Amino acid sequence: MAKCIVLTGFGINCEQECLWALELAGAKNAEIVHISQILEGEKKLNNYQFIVFPGGFLDGDDLGSAKVQVNRFTYAKIKSGKEKLIDSLLSFIEKGNLALGICNGFQFMVKAGIIPNTEKKHSFKQETTLTFNDSGRFEDRWVYLKVNKNSPCIFTNGIDTLYLPVRHGEGKFYCDEKTLNKIEANNLFVLQYSNQKLEPTMEYPYNPNGSLNAIAGICDTTGRLFGLMPHPEAFIYPYHHPRWTREKIEEADGLKIFKNALKYLA
Amino acid sequence: MGTIRIEVGLKKNLTDPRGKNLQKKAKQFMNIQIDEVRTSDIYTIDANLTIDQISEFINKTLCDPVINYVKINPEFDSTYDFFCEIGFLPGVTDNVGKTAKSALETFLGYQLQEGENIYTSTLYAFKGNINERDIEYIASELLYNPLIQQHRIYKKSDKPIIYIPKVIIKQKIKVETFDLKKYSDEELMKLSRERLLALNLEEMKTIRDFFENKDFLREREKYGLKEITDVELESLAQTWSEHCKHKIFNATIEYDDGEGNIENIKSLFKTYIKSSTELINKERKDNFLVSVFVDNAGVITFNDKYNVVFKVETHNSPSALDPYGGALTGIVGVNRDVLGTGLGAKLIFNTDIFCFADPFYSEPLPPKILHPRRIYDGVITGVEHGGNKSGIPTINGSIVFDNRYLGKPLVYCGTGGIMPKEINGKPSHEKEVKDGYLIVMSGGRIGKDGIHGATFSSEELHEGSPATAVQIGDPITQKKMADFLYIARDRGLYTSITDNGAGGLSSSVGEMAQLSGGCEIELEKAPLKYQGLQPWEILLSESQERMTLAVPPENIEEFLRLSKQYDVESTVIGKFTSTGYLHVKYAGKTVAFMPLDFLHNGLPEMKLKAKFNPYIEKKINISHEAPNELLKNLLGSLNICSKETVVRKYDHEVQAMTIIKPFVGLYNDGPSDGAIIKPLPDSYEGLVITHGICPKYSDFDTYHMAACALDEAIRNAVCCGGNIDKMACLDNFCWCDPIKSEKNPDGEHKLAQLVRANKALYDYTTSYGVPCISGKDSMKNDYIMGNIKISIPPTLLFSLIGVIEDVRKTVTMDFKNSGDIIFITGITKDELAGSELLRLLNLKGGFVPKVDAKTNKKIYKALYNAIQNGYINSAHDCSDGGFAVAVAEMAFSGGLGCEIDLERLPSEGNLSTIELLFSESAGRIIFTAKEKHLKDIEKIFNGLPFAKIGHVTDGQLLKISYKNQVIIQENIFTLKECWQKTLRDL
Repeated sequence: MAKCIVLTGFGINCEQECLWALELAGAKNAEIVHISQILEGEKKLNNYQFIVFPGGFLDGDDLGSAKVQVNRFTYAKIKSGKEKLIDSLLSFIEKGNLALGICNGFQFMVKAGIIPNTEKKHSFKQETTLTFNDSGRFEDRWVYLKVNKNSPCIFTNGIDTLYLPVRHGEGKFYCDEKTLNKIEANNLFVLQYSNQKLEPTMEYPYNPNGSLNAIAGICDTTGRLFGLMPHPEAFIYPYHHPRWTREKIEEADGLKIFKNALKYLA
Repeated sequence: MGTIRIEVGLKKNLTDPRGKNLQKKAKQFMNIQIDEVRTSDIYTIDANLTIDQISEFINKTLCDPVINYVKINPEFDSTYDFFCEIGFLPGVTDNVGKTAKSALETFLGYQLQEGENIYTSTLYAFKGNINERDIEYIASELLYNPLIQQHRIYKKSDKPIIYIPKVIIKQKIKVETFDLKKYSDEELMKLSRERLLALNLEEMKTIRDFFENKDFLREREKYGLKEITDVELESLAQTWSEHCKHKIFNATIEYDDGEGNIENIKSLFKTYIKSSTELINKERKDNFLVSVFVDNAGVITFNDKYNVVFKVETHNSPSALDPYGGALTGIVGVNRDVLGTGLGAKLIFNTDIFCFADPFYSEPLPPKILHPRRIYDGVITGVEHGGNKSGIPTINGSIVFDNRYLGKPLVYCGTGGIMPKEINGKPSHEKEVKDGYLIVMSGGRIGKDGIHGATFSSEELHEGSPATAVQIGDPITQKKMADFLYIARDRGLYTSITDNGAGGLSSSVGEMAQLSGGCEIELEKAPLKYQGLQPWEILLSESQERMTLAVPPENIEEFLRLSKQYDVESTVIGKFTSTGYLHVKYAGKTVAFMPLDFLHNGLPEMKLKAKFNPYIEKKINISHEAPNELLKNLLGSLNICSKETVVRKYDHEVQAMTIIKPFVGLYNDGPSDGAIIKPLPDSYEGLVITHGICPKYSDFDTYHMAACALDEAIRNAVCCGGNIDKMACLDNFCWCDPIKSEKNPDGEHKLAQLVRANKALYDYTTSYGVPCISGKDSMKNDYIMGNIKISIPPTLLFSLIGVIEDVRKTVTMDFKNSGDIIFITGITKDELAGSELLRLLNLKGGFVPKVDAKTNKKIYKALYNAIQNGYINSAHDCSDGGFAVAVAEMAFSGGLGCEIDLERLPSEGNLSTIELLFSESAGRIIFTAKEKHLKDIEKIFNGLPFAKIGHVTDGQLLKISYKNQVIIQENIFTLKECWQKTLRDL
């Protein structure tokens, strides 16, 4: 059974529900681990097959969302060794393991250059970013997402659409044209903000932040590393749906993402 | 030491939302047309470092290479006409600067030297046909607050000036003493005033007399003390303050009801609040109430394994001075109350209720008052950052508008928590402190923040003077501390915990020391933000994000190790004793030595007079004949309109517990009556959270104001599916000064209003069986400047928490299916006094809504019964705006029309259609159900005021008829637009 690690600490705040989501999806071996436990050498990334970077406000988003976490991964050394956090993350990735970044965790993956990694080199070069919403404010609202059927993403296998909440102030996906072309050519965009007819849109509030090409989530070319702004762990029971008192909700959309990951690892 | 100035901005081809927003506001509110505003972040690094050493840090960590440019030691960009730079004053919390410093240390692999630092500021570049005066005006109205920030305006030809807001304190450390026996009464009061002790003559004399006690003086001599020290005097003043001791609520009051009846009341708190809870508890015979009125928050039973904790605080004065910092510290402060209840509860929700003046206020403002729109903006952003960054969902709240909140906005912040009933085999709600346990301070460091400002008057203001009156919270430091404390709690590393709020260490250690019977503090060990604090300042400082704990000596090593691992600073600052004394030392020398008993129980009781000046109720006739227009205008009025733009700024579903969200219905935009959360992953048990607040009735009779507020809170919870037998509430009183003085001639009436509100609290909590479990009061919400005085209307907030057996059986307020029958329960009466209708029409008079608790309780139980049986599709309470507003909200939220026969409304007296539509009688609920449940519902409501009044329709029309005449007919989307547009763009 796959071992799953949910990272926490320094302002991450969705770790509990990410663990619940994994457990509901069938994970038997999942745990929340504080970054300091890895830095202390108490826990090692290499013992796991699936890492979740949950949402939150890492270091208060003070230098821009997730920037200080990238700084920490790049420069902080793991106790009693020369290895830095980023080195242990690299060997984790190179083993073919899975990573899922949600909201602040997505911002981290993007700014650390873990995804989209269009050059397939794992050089941790930042190619894209997530910046302030066009509206200029933080917003909590549910959005319709269209899944790109041609993307290599293993997390969205067999899923056409998702309905999930976004809760962010810095969620506007942005990159230069060259990078965007590569993302499109390789189908690395996984999710797009859509209207109710499931057409990708730039129209507010369906596209809540003004993301380029309505992109809400991207992956790397292997499809094993995936990040998204909306919160799948916020819709793991039918009763999370904002209209459960008036509509019949069969299955919680967010749970499907976690199920796919575990299925892949099984 | 060198300084490096770094400018980080968005690349020129990208739009700058912050700049656009400022451009829009300057046009909207000040009619200044600016062609372009660009903003950038300035980091000033004041450390012994070269650019080469840190250029990778600057280019990778301070800057996002995809969207940012970065300039090192730049000139101004000459394509802009003016620049304005906003930075902090010395000593004001600079969260971004602090984070940048810590990130730089990670990069360098070592700590910066003491005094080396990073400071942040914001640079605004302006382009357009504008002058320096315009920029000054924009800066003062929109960009900075002189209490915490400084600003500098530059022309394009100027060079940037490096600004380093380093705290420099020139005063030497000293302990002052006062030979009080030589002080005359006048001199005592002068001392009280000059040091801002806020102690009255009787209290000063009590202190003077106590310090003449021979036995006590002999004890003091052993530690080299004679006269009272500033440390002792300040501790006493703080402990005896209104804020800490609730002197008015504990006073003996001679109350005259205005009709010749005189009554002596010994403590409002004991007579009404505490005794009502005791009475209810005696009758219940269950263990619902776990810990009430003794700890930082109230504790009730959730289920066999868990308790829940709830507390609401106010942060009014700080929010008037700096709305952002005031509200932010309000929310993170109440978080610590719950974190410091028992052994500490996990924080699971926040609530926020604000009282503001009209944000569109256009009259000239009295001096030193911020525009209500700025208060609105700042407070909301403060609560947004406080809640969101802490990962706590903000699930319930409201905003009440009345222009008497111009001088003092009210900011109520609430927090709920959950904790296992037992931790390591011991009850989690109990604290234990034994002789020899160590006093540990965890979290932030101590600065001059929040010290009562005495330093302001005693020390001349200079460039390096720290700003003390206002503080800014740091949610991330607190989040890290909370993460650590939950682990330390579960490992049993400490036995008691409380927060450092008002009064700082003096309060937190002083209170905890009562459990062991004494303490010995070594002040010099407390970590400081900067050097130069006087011993009394260290003891009294209200610097944020700190908890005080009692740690048994055998656990200290593990506690400190864990603390360090989680990047939380913890320091042993003394030990608990059983000597009976508060003993404070600084660098080995005793600076305070007082019996704890005197500190906590030496305060003389206040004696006050109250005399009620009753309002005589008189019928008011409304001749307005266009109910359609009235309804549309009411929906758009400030107290009724949608607050969606505000509410969506709060994360209301982090932690994945929120089952009924603030907005419900077909388009997720209907106003929910309350929130439902499900705190445990493996159980459908839940909590309902609501509130009631009705200051609009205070001008008539605070007795009915209080009754209506409690009824509203309960009714809201019942509408969501709440069970009245499993509810508890919190009382938060915000009053205008109720003590008569020259400046306050009607003080006796205001105190009588307070007495009456308390009488209602007793009468109605006991009738409903819904006990108060915690509360707070804030008694001096007046603004006095020269001869302008603005007093808030007496305001009482009831916040309610109820236990839900099964969240799957809860209900929302939106119409669900066409064909459903619409019912109303409760009686509509001619009760328009204080109503939104009269406010709209600018009329005063009428009868105040009176609450019939006996009938209502039966109604609430009946509805609960019907909901549990699955008969009810939607339920919504009638409150602001009356029946018509409630039914319109249900219709547009469900995207369905309805047909209503107004004549069927159960009513009392011969009411006009206007009264039927807009009267605000309490205890009324509209609900819908499928036709097939009609018989069952009729059976449940048998004998209660209740009627079938219409049905839900497929169309988009809201149609209300009376005696076969259509009196309101309107498209529901038109109504919704009226309701949504008022605050949409603010």
